[in-house]
Amino acid sequence: MLRRKPGEKHRIELTVNGRRMAGHAEPRMLLVDFLRHELRLYGTHVGCEHGVCGACTVIIDGRATRSCVRYAVQCDGAEIRTVEGLAAGEDLNALQQAFSRHAALQCGFCTAGILMSVTQFLAETPRPTEAQVRDMLSGHICRCTGYEGMVRAILEVAHSSAEA
Amino acid sequence: MAGERRWVGAPVPRKEDAALLTGNARFIDDLEPVAGLRHAAILRSPHAHARIKRIDVARAAALPGVYGVFTGADVAGLINPIPSAVRAPIRNYPIAVDKVRYMGEPVAVAVALDRYIAEDAIDLIAVDYETLTPIVDPEAAMAKDSPLVHEEVGSNVVHRRGFRYGDPESAFAEADLVLALRSKYPRYSSTPMETYGVIANFERQPERYTIWANFQGPFILHALMSASLKLPGNRVRIITPPASGGSFGIKQAVYGYMVLLAAVSRLAGAPVKWIEDRLEHLMGSSCAADRADRIEAAFKKDGELTGLRFMNLVNVGAFVRAPEPASVYRMQASANGCYRVKNIFIENVLAVTNQLPVGLNRGYGGPQFYFALERMMDLAARKLGLDIAEIRRRNFIRAEEFPYHAPAGSHYDSGDYHAGLAECLRLADYDSLKRARDEARAAGKLFGIGMAAGVEPSGSNMAYVTLAQTPDERAKAGAKSGALAVATISIDPSGAVTVRTASTPNGQGHATVAAQIVADALGIDFKDVSVVTEIDTLTSAWSLASGNYANRFASIVVTAIAEASRRVAEKIRVIAADQLEVAPEDVELVGGNARVVGVPEKSLPIRRVATQAHWHPAGLPEGVSPGIYETAIFSPPSLGAPDASERVASSLTYGYVIDLAAVEIDRETGRIEVKKYVSVHDVGTVLNPLVVEGQIYGGFAHGIGAAFLEEMVYDANGSFQSGTFADYLCVTAPEMPKLIVGHIMTPSPTNPLGSKGMGDGSSMLTPAVIGNAVSDALGIEDLTLPLTLNKTWDLANGREHHRATVARPRVGAAEPGIGAGALTGSGTVELTAPPAEIFQLLLDPTFLAAVVPGCRELTLIGPDRYVAEVTIGVAGIKGVYSATMEIRDKRAPESLRLVGRAQGALGSGSGEGRVRLAPSATGGTVLHYDYAADVGGKIAAVGSRMIGSVARVLIGQFFRGLDRKLAAGKESGDDATSSQRSFLARIFGGDKK
Repeated sequence: MLRRKPGEKHRIELTVNGRRMAGHAEPRMLLVDFLRHELRLYGTHVGCEHGVCGACTVIIDGRATRSCVRYAVQCDGAEIRTVEGLAAGEDLNALQQAFSRHAALQCGFCTAGILMSVTQFLAETPRPTEAQVRDMLSGHICRCTGYEGMVRAILEVAHSSAEA
Repeated sequence: MAGERRWVGAPVPRKEDAALLTGNARFIDDLEPVAGLRHAAILRSPHAHARIKRIDVARAAALPGVYGVFTGADVAGLINPIPSAVRAPIRNYPIAVDKVRYMGEPVAVAVALDRYIAEDAIDLIAVDYETLTPIVDPEAAMAKDSPLVHEEVGSNVVHRRGFRYGDPESAFAEADLVLALRSKYPRYSSTPMETYGVIANFERQPERYTIWANFQGPFILHALMSASLKLPGNRVRIITPPASGGSFGIKQAVYGYMVLLAAVSRLAGAPVKWIEDRLEHLMGSSCAADRADRIEAAFKKDGELTGLRFMNLVNVGAFVRAPEPASVYRMQASANGCYRVKNIFIENVLAVTNQLPVGLNRGYGGPQFYFALERMMDLAARKLGLDIAEIRRRNFIRAEEFPYHAPAGSHYDSGDYHAGLAECLRLADYDSLKRARDEARAAGKLFGIGMAAGVEPSGSNMAYVTLAQTPDERAKAGAKSGALAVATISIDPSGAVTVRTASTPNGQGHATVAAQIVADALGIDFKDVSVVTEIDTLTSAWSLASGNYANRFASIVVTAIAEASRRVAEKIRVIAADQLEVAPEDVELVGGNARVVGVPEKSLPIRRVATQAHWHPAGLPEGVSPGIYETAIFSPPSLGAPDASERVASSLTYGYVIDLAAVEIDRETGRIEVKKYVSVHDVGTVLNPLVVEGQIYGGFAHGIGAAFLEEMVYDANGSFQSGTFADYLCVTAPEMPKLIVGHIMTPSPTNPLGSKGMGDGSSMLTPAVIGNAVSDALGIEDLTLPLTLNKTWDLANGREHHRATVARPRVGAAEPGIGAGALTGSGTVELTAPPAEIFQLLLDPTFLAAVVPGCRELTLIGPDRYVAEVTIGVAGIKGVYSATMEIRDKRAPESLRLVGRAQGALGSGSGEGRVRLAPSATGGTVLHYDYAADVGGKIAAVGSRMIGSVARVLIGQFFRGLDRKLAAGKESGDDATSSQRSFLARIFGGDKK
């Protein structure tokens, strides 16, 4: 097993949203803090820091993962996707547009993590039922919306891409 | 206003969304507004009630990267206590001085290069506490001989006032039926997903505090912050960030931390940033007050409600933080609900306890009020043999009675409750729902239907809070009233339109709705309107009612926006008329042009007309001022001060909500299935259906959470038990019942748009509706929320439910006689060495230090007394604990008793255990242990199930280690036994964490 010394900063190289990036982190630095404060990608938010609320979810090597319960040093060499990588240039992608159309967000603080979970979920489950969507969303807490708009938006996106 | 409404009322997707959906929106933790930021971490009290005997910050201050460590004494030397609306002699500092009064109260602040180091530093602060008897229950707190939260007050009752409207005595004397209902309502919080965040910077020349915070207002608190920081208002500059991650009232109470961090910035000589973590948020931010109310109602035989008595007991927590006691006064002027009842008696009592001080939370006083009143209505219907819809129909204020002057002072602006009820019953298909209930009951099922109806007071009159004062006190203090709203609209020299609302939204979509209103008024496109909603108190137009609370946006702020738009439109028309050579009243603003009515080809682009006010002021018509910058400041004139009979118009608009639910309860599991839920809302003119629907669904989710899951639990010692999102359960998507929404629209006459404030409604009514439906299903009147699976199962199976505050974590079944600790356990192990040897090793300190996992030091400080320092981690929360242990009742080689205490930055514990040794059949020892311990602090808050499982793991580890040592041979056998002690050390010291 790889051992890291406490207090010592380690160089971490990884790919974020298709771009090679590097920074330094002590072994105890959480991935979410590394993304935000070292790589300065503030789109990923910290909601609970104990792995329950899902706000900090990013995609690491094809798995939706809570970046508050992952150390940055564990992600050396990883390929990470964050909310900043979803839009195509300045155009919102289909999921982002559907979220806006269906009022799937209000304060938007939990939204980044939810978008990442949904992105991975739809890649794996392209034609979900409403129950599957709700079950997937149970890994996230949103205090504003009551989830209704999200469910509608996700089902609409899944439906329209299935037709396409 | 322009006649045509192209944007208002349309489901326009929000302006806010694109930034939020791309990670581009900036919240407080994303800001570095000044260079040289340091980061703060706050040490919090692990005790509910204790005297601070000594704080030693030396080790923390010496840690490299630490810039300073500051205690309550340091802060109190710099600031005044924060003023309160209650006159009791309570000194409310935002950090404990001398005494801690709730678990989670700030005790010291460390400032460091980064947050990791700041958190390291607070672990190194040593605080010596003398624990005091905690006051946990508000009813017990009122007892004459109760210990006191604030000795200076001489009582835990810090406020008591009675009110009488109409003639309640006669109403009750002449009633055919008088009913009483106990209404206990739990403590909960809407827990916004973004926690508190503050950046504070003290500057000299002039002395000024600049504070960035995700504060939501009301900005009346700015005056209190200035008073506390001992500087005039223009030297306390508050700036809110562009985005705020929800609030629901909770972020009102960040102001104490704004004062604290401002003081710390001054003490540290540097700008300081503090971002609260979730554990801090749950134990130390704010929440809704729990209540122990009693309601009595007088009815005539035909169901007419003739009198109400409310005896309200509010647990405000350790301090009465402004604007408390407002929560219990918020609904007072509307204490008749939707009904025609005229005779009302109200008594409001506030008790302080050793719990988190309360504050604004979605519905603010409404959920508690309706849980009493609306459960009473369903109860009365059953007692009188009336249908639950019929009893409301008979008592509702009638459509022709609006505007309606309620007995305690509210002026209900508009409504048609009977239409709302009819729509609710239609959507619910009420008759077939009742048949379904009959059928279900015939089949032996537990099926119930409940209703609730209520007004949604919106746009608060600041004056209602002064009901907490006697008329004499009010006269002395000077009258207060109003609900000032401010909006500014400018068109700059490029022709761009900007709206500034100072409404500090927390996600509701104010920017979108403001732009809709302005686009219609100026005849321009929605996308051509930019909106700034944040406040900078040094540069924005604002006043004390500014902020985001009490549904004030759609009730009052819209009037300021409409008025500023009207002025800008008027100015454009006057300038255009001059150029078009017509009268201003002949000019209309349509499609981006100012055109002559009836002659559409005679027109000028608005942009061109408006920019003339900047580029060519000399060419403006006579009397027209240069530039376009209009600020409208509005306070509804109807919102006056309380009158001599204590009536006050406490809000401007009164939307209403009429809800119906049907539930079926599974006796086997305690699960409550919501079979149907209908919610009919009247919010007046719907400004944006997407926004309104979002508020309804969101409010409903809070109501469902309150009904089924949410409660901030304190144990009998005042230890907070709901300290993580794994313990404080929020509703997630699968738990949300299907909601059928209906609308009635009676435009409000109080503003030019006809809209009413909304957003709180469902959160106020849903808990009562679910309570009623469950009550109907079970035939039980005395219900308390949340209706958890356990509680519902108990109720459905005729068992008495023990409240969550009493139900404690259990590791295993303790034997009687060991004490009643929160954490108990017992077990038996077989060891290979004989009892005498084991016993001897248990007393030998030499080996303990070596084998206790995480033990750094173990020192003998007296006969059979030890001090140990142990590091223990629970689910990623690692901390150092200082433990003292004593061995008592030694009966070699049969038994001994251990008594211990442990304390660390993350919590504390105390407990005792018994160890009994008996020879085993194989010449070894059968060791039986049992223990009981109380655990407090963050460690207790992170959850009982973690503590329990960690205890099990550590016990397992210990015995595995012991066996290894014993197996390793005689010479290392001593080590083995010492590791057994380590297990005990962990049980009584650190391992409770």
